[in-house]
Amino acid sequence: MTAFDTTIHLVYLAAAVCFVLGLHLMTTPATARRGNQLSAAGMAAAIAATVVLLAHDHTITGTAVVVLTVGAAAGAVAGLVSARRVKMTAMPQLVSLFNAVGGGAAALIAFGDAITHTGSVPLGQLPVRTTLTTALDVIIGGITFSGSLIASGKLAGVIPGQPIIFRGGRVLNVVAAVAAVAGGTTYVAGYGGAPMLCVAAGAALVFGVLMTLPIGGADMPVVIALLNAATGTAVAMAGFVLDSSPLIIAGALVGASGAILTKLMADAMNRSVPAILAGGFGTGDSPATGASAAGGNVREITVDDAAIQLAYAGKVVIVPGYGLAAAQAQHEVVALAQALTDSGVDVSYGIHPVAGRMPGHMNVLLAEANAPYSQLKDLDEINPEFPRTDVVLVVGANDVTNPAARRPGNPVSGMPILDVDRAKSVIVVKRSLGHGYAGIDNELYTDPKTAMLFNDAKAGLAALLAGLHAYVA
Amino acid sequence: MTALLFADISVFVLSLLVGFEVISKVPSTLHTPLMSGTNAIHGVVIVGVMVLAAGTDTLPGYLLLFVAAAFAAMNVAGGYLVTDRMLAMFRTRPADRERTRSAGKGQVRS
Repeated sequence: MTAFDTTIHLVYLAAAVCFVLGLHLMTTPATARRGNQLSAAGMAAAIAATVVLLAHDHTITGTAVVVLTVGAAAGAVAGLVSARRVKMTAMPQLVSLFNAVGGGAAALIAFGDAITHTGSVPLGQLPVRTTLTTALDVIIGGITFSGSLIASGKLAGVIPGQPIIFRGGRVLNVVAAVAAVAGGTTYVAGYGGAPMLCVAAGAALVFGVLMTLPIGGADMPVVIALLNAATGTAVAMAGFVLDSSPLIIAGALVGASGAILTKLMADAMNRSVPAILAGGFGTGDSPATGASAAGGNVREITVDDAAIQLAYAGKVVIVPGYGLAAAQAQHEVVALAQALTDSGVDVSYGIHPVAGRMPGHMNVLLAEANAPYSQLKDLDEINPEFPRTDVVLVVGANDVTNPAARRPGNPVSGMPILDVDRAKSVIVVKRSLGHGYAGIDNELYTDPKTAMLFNDAKAGLAALLAGLHAYVA
Repeated sequence: MTALLFADISVFVLSLLVGFEVISKVPSTLHTPLMSGTNAIHGVVIVGVMVLAAGTDTLPGYLLLFVAAAFAAMNVAGGYLVTDRMLAMFRTRPADRERTRSAGKGQVRS
């Protein structure tokens, strides 16, 4: 290894160190931004080192330089513009889109590498380590590319959020999976070459679409996390193909992160990953409106009464859920919390891990609306506080507050919930008595200390704020 | 199995373990920026695209290279910027708000 090669590899190693340290700094909000910047600096160094490497080697053609530069510039501008313009509520679909293009790029690397080899080395003589990782990269990258695009479309509302199921869909899915694996295996065995790789890629793309279409909107946090893990793996495979350690390391880090988030999200929703992928459950963005015949009596409350109750409480906990994120009512809820805080009420937010449309999304929405970070409490922090809480305001959350989860024998059994029912009183802002996504009655609603305020999250919160101003100003 | 492949696999497995170790400590509050940040990290595929460019000299290769370069650059540039935007909201508010709150209603920080 020459001194030049050593230097390049040392820069790559430093970049990998920056990625790991950057992630480490993300463990607290105070240092998280610096962590991301450190990670970006590592990325810039790795890219710069590669530029130097290409200039030094002189193997790259002039045309390739132009193509690479123009392509990268176009992509970078598109990425920067969309990143600058995106609203925080639209974050999940953008992250999903970036995930798609990352997976797509990884798959294309394997393709490009295969095409390059076709000219020089006879396919049969390629080492299995290259052909195997090429096939894996193309298949995994293909699945995450099309799967993430569909997920992004669903989150953006371009494609309906409800599970899309059609006759024969499942059979087609199996056919696509078998075709992808068969194509990949044939390629590894040394037959078919690049065209066979195309077959595998095409089947993988179809599989990605079919896998994501039947998944409901509420299951999206799990799916995005899973696709993120898949992209990481595809990038690591591209690293194996090119024998490039920065790709292997970064890919593995992302794979690990995605796997952890997938597990956390699935646990928080009380669903197994295979069950989610089997699809068919879940709701669209708009919660079911059909009023169901809930057993027991439900007490209704007027906006004015609710506002008074909140104003005279000592301690209020707000529980925002998927409905609040879907209604984009984060500014209304924070305005209400601020008004209460200003009149001397102790306010905090109890945030369930799956509140929102991707992992941790609710925190971003509330942070965007300027909610003080110190008021954002996660499940473990807020649960011991409920017995000391005067009023809990539940907005657009359903299953995550259902006390039935503590009993065995129902769909939400064992699900980690917010112990809302242990507070002194509860106000639920909800459009109707419709079921949540688990499809069962929420026992919280029939609890004598619970009052229902039937309204849309956004309109209901605005009305509460107006009521509050009328009585407390 | 060659020594080179074995080294690559070792790096892969150890990185997975490091990833599990570091990321399991990230609080749920930061999961969206974390996901977006790791998303940007896999934008390192751009390095792979550049390495690939060195061996490209055919028309199909150039087409592929163009798309791959655009995809990877979008991933890496957009990913880091959007993560930074999110984290900026997390970082500046608490101190600001804490001061506003203790100063009482209507008084903005000094």
